[in-house]
Amino acid sequence: MTDFFVLAISCIFVNNILLAQFLGNCPFLGTSKKMETAVGMSMAVVFVLVMAGIITWMTDTYLLKPLNIEFLRTLSFILVIASLVQFVEMFLKKSIPGLYAGLGIFLPLITTNCAVMGACLINIKEEYTFLQAVVASFTYAIGFGLALVLFAGLRERINIARVPQPLQDTSLGLVTAGIIALSFYAFKGMV
Amino acid sequence: MAQSIAKEFTKGLWAELPPFKLVLGLCPVLAVTQSVENGIGMGLATTFVLICSNFLVSLLRNIIPAKVRIACYIVIIATFVTIVELLMQAYVYELFLKLGIFIPLIVVNCLVLGRSEAFAGKNAPHMAIADGLGMGIGFTLSLGALGAVRESLGAGTILGTPLFGPDFQPFTFMVQAPGAFVCLGLMLCMMNLIGKK
Repeated sequence: MTDFFVLAISCIFVNNILLAQFLGNCPFLGTSKKMETAVGMSMAVVFVLVMAGIITWMTDTYLLKPLNIEFLRTLSFILVIASLVQFVEMFLKKSIPGLYAGLGIFLPLITTNCAVMGACLINIKEEYTFLQAVVASFTYAIGFGLALVLFAGLRERINIARVPQPLQDTSLGLVTAGIIALSFYAFKGMV
Repeated sequence: MAQSIAKEFTKGLWAELPPFKLVLGLCPVLAVTQSVENGIGMGLATTFVLICSNFLVSLLRNIIPAKVRIACYIVIIATFVTIVELLMQAYVYELFLKLGIFIPLIVVNCLVLGRSEAFAGKNAPHMAIADGLGMGIGFTLSLGALGAVRESLGAGTILGTPLFGPDFQPFTFMVQAPGAFVCLGLMLCMMNLIGKK
């Protein structure tokens, strides 16, 4: 049990997928201008990442490894993720329209979110067991959401401030992200 | 004809310089630029994928049905990424280990997919190659430049050669994660300043 706790802390804070591993930075900058979009994106990522983590782990263990075709990992993972996203979208539209309306446009964007693909690849690279992979996928997604929501809050505040013209928008956004990353760096010694 | 090809090629070098002006494909830009070598290696790998996928997407642009085009583009890109992965494993194994999961992640680099969608899917093959080459070189140069700033400040070296003599205290912040964000942000600010004049 403690092992899983340590893994969770490490995935949320120490190895935060956005700020320490640099995965999923495009949606990090793209969807952080408003709190609503940031929350929507975070929820969509939690939802898809856990399912993608489970399915890609199974694909790798029961399909690619027994057949000795690990070189097809990249191709098969992206296909699995793309079709999963499509499937989730159709399923939500039919059965949980409320959630679908909330996640809306963020779902298709997730296909090219490297946080999802990256976390799945890390699960395989670290040779996690099935349960570890599930915990890691979930906590990576939580870490993503935490960083994104924190960042969106700061950006909303910065938008009202008067900023020198060349620093505006993405430029200052990146510097702000750097400072958040610095604060997450304080967790480095914990695990 | 030659003029328009040149135009598609040069726009990637400044007017639409990928990581700075388009703000696409940021993850590898931030993650692998601790040194010039890593940055350029990553840039070249991406360039190869970009040119090949642009070419193939452009060739097949009249065959691929519009509704499933994104899925088709991703399969094409993933094929070339697998080729790069295997080639790097065979010939530059050390670099392959350093770049780690960022090689397979070229698949989800929004720059590559973005060019297929925005350019190659609508233009003739020779134009698509010019576009891919320009964007790729722009991307490689940006990664190299960012790598040079971070390596020289953070480790005091360029391509492994010491720059400042033995008394240099490395500014390690620069080669660590937070430094990547701050450094890219400040470089973007500088580009904005230069571009304005």
